Amino acid sequence: MSQLAAKSRTRAGALLGAIAILFSILLGASPAMAQAHTADDPSTYAFTIAGTLQEKDVPIPGVTITASQDAKSFQTKSDEFGEWTIMVPTDGHWKVTLDTTTIPKEFHLATKDGAIGEADLTQTDFAAVLFKFGSAAPVQAQSIWEQLVIRVFAGFNFGLMLAIAAIGITLIYGTTGLNNFAHGEMVTLGAMIMWLGYSFLHLNIVVAGLLAVLAAMAFGWFQDAAIWRPLRKRRLGLNQMMIVSIGFGIVSRYVLLLFFGGDTKDMSGGQTIITLGPIFTSNTTLISMAISVVALIGVALFLTRTRIGKATRAVSDNASLAASTGIDVEKIIRIVWLVAAALTGLAGVLYGLQFQANWSVGFDLLLLLFAAVTLGGLGTALGAAVGALIIGMVVEVSTIWMPSELKYVSALLILIVILVVRPQGVLGKKQRIG
Amino acid sequence: MANEISIGAAAPGCKKVDPILIADKVVRQFGGLTAVSVDHVEIPRGKITALIGPNGAGKTTFFNLLTGFDKPNSGTWTFDGKNLAGVAPYKVARRGMIRTFQLTKALSLLTVIDNMRLGAQNQVGEGFFASFVRPLWKAQENQITASADTLLTRFKLDAKREDYAGSLSGGQRKLLEMARALMGKPKLVMLDEPMAGVNPALTQSLLEHIKDLKSNGTTVLFVEHDMHMVRHISDWVIVMAEGKVVAEGPPADVMKDQAVIDAYLGAHADTDLGTVEIKSIKAGI
Amino acid sequence: MDLIGIFSLAGNALISPMTVGYILCGIGLALHFGYTGLLNFGQAAFAALGGYGFAIATLDFHWNIWGSILFGLICSMGFAAILGIPTLRLRADYLAIVTIAAAQALRFYVGSSTAEPITGGSAGVSQFGEEFYNLNPLPADLTFNLGTVTLTSSEVWMRIVAWVVVGIAVFFLYALTRSPWGRVLKGIREDEDAVRALGKNVFSYKLQALVIGGSIASLGGMIFVMSSQTNQPSNWGTNFTFITWTILLLGGAATLLGPVLGGMIFFALMTLIESALGILVDAGLLPFLQVEQVAQIRFLLVGLILMLLVIFRPQGFLGNKKEIQFNG
Ligand SMILES: Nc1ncnc2c1ncn2[C@@H]1O[C@H](COP(=O)(O)OP(=O)(O)OP(=O)(O)O)[C@@H](O)[C@H]1O
Ligand SMILES: [Mg+2]
Repeated sequence: MSQLAAKSRTRAGALLGAIAILFSILLGASPAMAQAHTADDPSTYAFTIAGTLQEKDVPIPGVTITASQDAKSFQTKSDEFGEWTIMVPTDGHWKVTLDTTTIPKEFHLATKDGAIGEADLTQTDFAAVLFKFGSAAPVQAQSIWEQLVIRVFAGFNFGLMLAIAAIGITLIYGTTGLNNFAHGEMVTLGAMIMWLGYSFLHLNIVVAGLLAVLAAMAFGWFQDAAIWRPLRKRRLGLNQMMIVSIGFGIVSRYVLLLFFGGDTKDMSGGQTIITLGPIFTSNTTLISMAISVVALIGVALFLTRTRIGKATRAVSDNASLAASTGIDVEKIIRIVWLVAAALTGLAGVLYGLQFQANWSVGFDLLLLLFAAVTLGGLGTALGAAVGALIIGMVVEVSTIWMPSELKYVSALLILIVILVVRPQGVLGKKQRIG
Repeated sequence: MANEISIGAAAPGCKKVDPILIADKVVRQFGGLTAVSVDHVEIPRGKITALIGPNGAGKTTFFNLLTGFDKPNSGTWTFDGKNLAGVAPYKVARRGMIRTFQLTKALSLLTVIDNMRLGAQNQVGEGFFASFVRPLWKAQENQITASADTLLTRFKLDAKREDYAGSLSGGQRKLLEMARALMGKPKLVMLDEPMAGVNPALTQSLLEHIKDLKSNGTTVLFVEHDMHMVRHISDWVIVMAEGKVVAEGPPADVMKDQAVIDAYLGAHADTDLGTVEIKSIKAGI
Repeated sequence: MDLIGIFSLAGNALISPMTVGYILCGIGLALHFGYTGLLNFGQAAFAALGGYGFAIATLDFHWNIWGSILFGLICSMGFAAILGIPTLRLRADYLAIVTIAAAQALRFYVGSSTAEPITGGSAGVSQFGEEFYNLNPLPADLTFNLGTVTLTSSEVWMRIVAWVVVGIAVFFLYALTRSPWGRVLKGIREDEDAVRALGKNVFSYKLQALVIGGSIASLGGMIFVMSSQTNQPSNWGTNFTFITWTILLLGGAATLLGPVLGGMIFFALMTLIESALGILVDAGLLPFLQVEQVAQIRFLLVGLILMLLVIFRPQGFLGNKKEIQFNG
């Protein structure tokens, strides 16, 4: 009896130790990075000024915005959604100005002096600043069909990228039953390591990409070994595991923030614009889509053709049955974590290259990933891929009728509607009662 | 073979003199597998009916369908003359048809006595607003507690009254679930393998209790693999195999039925099932 | 900063309206999760609706304080119904995903320029508490010293009202959970099919729990925004919900005073840790941290505490080991 207690105590101790090690590794590594920043690193500041630049719901990218107070000033650029964020070190009033020379020709400020705004950070650590755009100048009209073609293409691209990350979630859910709320952080890690390798250390893009995927795999393997496997051994309930994953996700997210800072990482450069009918795209986007497709085909072949892949499906179907036929379930789960992390990290790399990324990108995408996985029916890889493509399309195509700032809202509403109509998902099956 | 339960001879799907539950053309498929395909079956009122059949015959699925926990592909059924198809599970229970589960569902972190109290129907204190006004429900609560205690004593669970249900053994949980179902004063109680895992000494007293239920006018429908028990207490036996009703009749006749023996033991055996079971039980002891 | 100063700040954190806002959300969540087993990860939305409902009724409809409170409650009840009716039939983990998604969707929406005419967009709404502070019966020149922290008359008034509301909420929960109504909820937490088989309308009970817990959270939201008289979408991110979960699990999910104790401990602890880190950083003892990063450490700790609690002490401080289990 007491032996048993002692044993469970040592196991608890081991788990605690593992978690402690995890953090000391993550945090211990950060001084080097923090020192690489200048002493006045904006990404570590506690106050945030943000906003969205758009005219008639069309986002305005690439505009330089400056926040200044006394002698301090900080700059950023609006991203492809027209969104921008500046982190500043102190509270009080900040003057925020647009560099009018960087505003694309087709957009116009509503008033002449509309390029100057103010952020009031006396009460809060967050302030939004609005710049009004809108003019009589006619926006070049696109036919609804052209818009549709453009949006469907964008949706396909976004959906493919979501698909590889969603398959990661679904493989883990299928084999372990875990709804992993820390999954988004593997996307972020992939994107951040890509930035570190490609934009910061100027490595070759392929080398940097491979490094990022390897880093994500190491993270996946590590979290399974240090957290999830011990918890499975302790037979922690699945809902409890889910809450643990929420905690772990928060921790990982803020470690990434401390490490990489809060600014959006720009990884563009070296792109060539390609025109396909009404669609403006770039070689980066096309190559990224090709990589996603190859990765998806690779996973499909892995699951259907290889012995380990077949064993994975057997474990997903019925773990105890699989175990009784001599499959080493823990080994399969380990492999699944590696594969899932690799795919998810790759998604982060592709996302970062195309859309830029910051410390919370993975968490922002997480709900879309869950939407995709749920839509397809939890636990089926094909379902997750189909679900992701649908979600990608919905997000992009909805912007034809809805303001683009609400595009994630439409995806989340779709998720809720699907759950109501068909809780088991498009391709899922029902559970047995009694 | 004449008997006082069925109209005419006993045959699969035969009419009963006084049926409480009548099911027609109930079909449930899981993908390609037809788990239940019952053309017509009637459960006699005030009797103890056993539903038997090999593993995977569709008994539990049939229970799930009748009580609204699962939806059939097609089919209708009536209880006490009123349609019950498509009715939500809780309404089925309120109409007086209460079931237990094969995989026991004890409410682990409620005490045994709270499990029992929960079983009582029409509780005033279960309304949101009434729950604030203790005098409204205190008297009823005492009454419920008293009848719960009587049942607990009967089921030999009185010593466990204040324990969490989660601390009970597997057999004790079966007992608790059955007692809890009886708290709702059902007209028809449906027990899915009530005796699985219950100690033989206790089985005897439970059998007596089930017989008492009958004398109080409660109809019992139960699934059981123990042929000894089936033979001992049931008035009527319905046999399912591969989703269909393949035989029914009084226990003694059914046990000799070739279709039943085939379903259970394969085509080559020609033994009386009741004796097989009893022999193997004795051999086991 | 001196030691007395730090402890004064921590003491203030114990009773501040922000703490109370979280505590009330925690009490609502105790009803959702601790008693009914609903995995609600959208508590921020209920609080937000309380805050927005109150502010909008006051500023746009010019309703009086009682009407505004009522409107805040109605908003959150409506949200509970819209969210609950379709999703409460689903498996517990689906509810987690849907509630967090709905809360995010709501936050994106109220912060969007589409909703700006009503909600003030990403800047939010402010200055809606005049009537509340006018009700203050305390002398205007009254001050209260908590060590080095000095509270003004209206700050004291705010705290008194906040804690009275907590008292009422705890009593409310006490009455509910001791009744047969509460027994049904606990049964649902353990196994909803079993409760269904006993003739209880499980769906209706879950909806009642969601609505009532959500209403308590919306009162929390009102108190949360009332002290600063500002209500912004950025208040109501997922971190709000995660902190609520942390304080609930810290105190004990299925206990009456768990969220109260959990909230007080959590915020006092956070204040102490932040001050301590701030001092260490200032003294150059933590060379890898900058002063501005200390606030981020707070969230890191939230995650860590959440993990460790669920793994090592799922019953929280006040819970009895057997009393809390997740219906997983
Ligand atoms: N939810 C489900 N999904 C798929 N197949 C199911 C499901 N529920 C039951 N089945 C199948 O339906 C058939 C009948 O199952 P059921 O549980 O009704 O059998 P049973 O007669 O109760 O067996 P036992 O005596 O072993 O309890 C089985 O083949 C089972 O595998
Ligand atoms: Mg069965």
